[in-house]
Amino acid sequence: MRWLQTFRVALRALARNKMRSFLTALGVVIGVSAVIAMVAIGDGAKARVEQTFAAMGSNMLIVLPGSTTSGGMRGGFGSMPTLTWDDLKAIQADVPSVRYAAPQLRATATVLSEDQNWTTTVYGTTPEYFLVRTWPVAHGSGLSQSDLDAGTKVVVLGQTVVDKLFGPNSDPVGQVVRVKNVPFNVIGVLSKKGQSQFGQDFDDAVFVPTSTFLQKIQGGLGNYIAGPIMVSATSAAATSRAESQIRGLLRDRHHLQPGTDDDFSIRNLAELASASQEGTRTLTTLLAAIAAVSLLVGGIGIMNIMLVSVTERTREIGVRMAVGAKARDIQLQFLVEALTLAVAGGLFGVGLGVAAAWRLAASFGWPVLFRPDVILIAVGFSGIVGVGFGLYPAHKASRLDPIQALRFE
Amino acid sequence: MAEPLVRLENVTRVYRMGDVEVRALAGVTLDLTGGEFTAIMGASGSGKSTMMNLLGCLDRPTSGRYVLEGQEISRLTNDQLAAIRNRTIGFVFQSFNLLSRTSALENVELPLLYAGVGTAERHARAAESLDRVGLADRAGHHPNQMSGGQQQRVAIARALVNRPRVILADEPTGNLDSRTSVEVMALFQELGRSGITVLLVTHEPDIAQYASRILVMRDGRVLSDTRREPRRAVAPPPAPAEEASP
Repeated sequence: MRWLQTFRVALRALARNKMRSFLTALGVVIGVSAVIAMVAIGDGAKARVEQTFAAMGSNMLIVLPGSTTSGGMRGGFGSMPTLTWDDLKAIQADVPSVRYAAPQLRATATVLSEDQNWTTTVYGTTPEYFLVRTWPVAHGSGLSQSDLDAGTKVVVLGQTVVDKLFGPNSDPVGQVVRVKNVPFNVIGVLSKKGQSQFGQDFDDAVFVPTSTFLQKIQGGLGNYIAGPIMVSATSAAATSRAESQIRGLLRDRHHLQPGTDDDFSIRNLAELASASQEGTRTLTTLLAAIAAVSLLVGGIGIMNIMLVSVTERTREIGVRMAVGAKARDIQLQFLVEALTLAVAGGLFGVGLGVAAAWRLAASFGWPVLFRPDVILIAVGFSGIVGVGFGLYPAHKASRLDPIQALRFE
Repeated sequence: MAEPLVRLENVTRVYRMGDVEVRALAGVTLDLTGGEFTAIMGASGSGKSTMMNLLGCLDRPTSGRYVLEGQEISRLTNDQLAAIRNRTIGFVFQSFNLLSRTSALENVELPLLYAGVGTAERHARAAESLDRVGLADRAGHHPNQMSGGQQQRVAIARALVNRPRVILADEPTGNLDSRTSVEVMALFQELGRSGITVLLVTHEPDIAQYASRILVMRDGRVLSDTRREPRRAVAPPPAPAEEASP
């Protein structure tokens, strides 16, 4: 008997028990759609993590000043200024694996336009800061070295601040905003950066030169920098080398004896990023494994129904054998039935899985990533499940004695 | 004398039931020639069903020879037996054994499906076979939409479709009323006239009367073998089977 005819016979047999066939295939549908949805969601989460880390800056390290200790209470990193402006210069000049380094002073202040006000974070920093964070301006220009040297009253606005003060899609370059009653010229607007992994809006910020910040916004601490230093390593691979070189340099400059604690801390975001990517990858694998188990259960459902079907149709098998069906024909017929159930379930599962992943990703705000290889593997695996679990019932059917089968009630 | 179509030589069939050996056939020797219409009678347990299974190549003899169309059957593989069942033998059963929820035409096509006949030819030959049993207008009907007599005629059409040499009918009238029984017998007589060997198992003496040869079996042996002038089956006038035949 030819393949096409065998397939048609199988389809007809399945159509005779529509509800049963549907429920049997449903096991595979759920299995396959679960695999696809879980992998797509996992990949989406991973891409999201990558995005947020990329948004923070490329190959970035954060050097935090040290902690206070007063009366046995230790204040945590950043609570005591230990980093000096000279430290910053030394990091920029003496560490070969550092490309850029920039200070980050911050204050919360209300920014006023002509008719609106908005309370936001004001950062005092240098032009390198935007290179560390790979954050270009969208309109106008960024901070320049001459602004820094002269302490000019210029400001670069984040996108959210522009929206709040001037309305969406407006270009405020050339306008004047007031921060702490000091008028600042808007020289540029930064491109949209989005949110951090924890929901912090990067675009809700304004940037002024450090010199201006210290004079007009918030007084400084003399030689000390009242904030962290953002550092960009020359490459992703160089981040840990940069970390140890900066540590060595700062310990040396701060005259720390071997065996004493650092009076600063270095956060390596690249390592953090790879750790969270590792986490999401583990999660993806776990979810996919659970989904694969449900696919297996679907396969067992197929085997169960095929065994029932073989018993129910014993007489039919006997008739087919009596009119000339070979054992191979009978085996093929039941195998194709199981395979049809599984693959139909698999294809339907792909549709459902893609739809589910799309909906979930949309509600989480994640990018949806479909991997064609996963879809192919899921459908292929459902086929393997169909053959694997259909083989035994089909073999059982083909081994029936036609005399017994014809007598079967 | 020419080689007979079917030759059984001292055939035995022994079943093992636990420790007990059951001799279902205890040495049967029999020749059937082409076009013969033979009835096998006997009480239950006389071995007639076992003989049908052997003749139908569903089973192999324990000893002895079974030669069909000059071919020694007991040496063949299961697949070769299936091919013989497909081409040379047609089965008709007491309970019709049609596939339910499948049209008459598709039921008749079944042997051709396993013979590897292409779709167009399959349809044509199945339709022709249905026409031969007078059911051309019932091709699209399902078994549950037909009477017992019609179902049995579909089964006969199925047995005929691959142009077999032998038709084996196991109590074909067992589930039919007397009028449709006569119709079916008329059909078998007609097949015999066209050169097909018909072997009929029955326990009803008046059904056996339609055959030209009657074998009576007891305890796995042929008790008597008589050739006789058959009673002519005349189906009642409204039966479509008679209208279709000459």
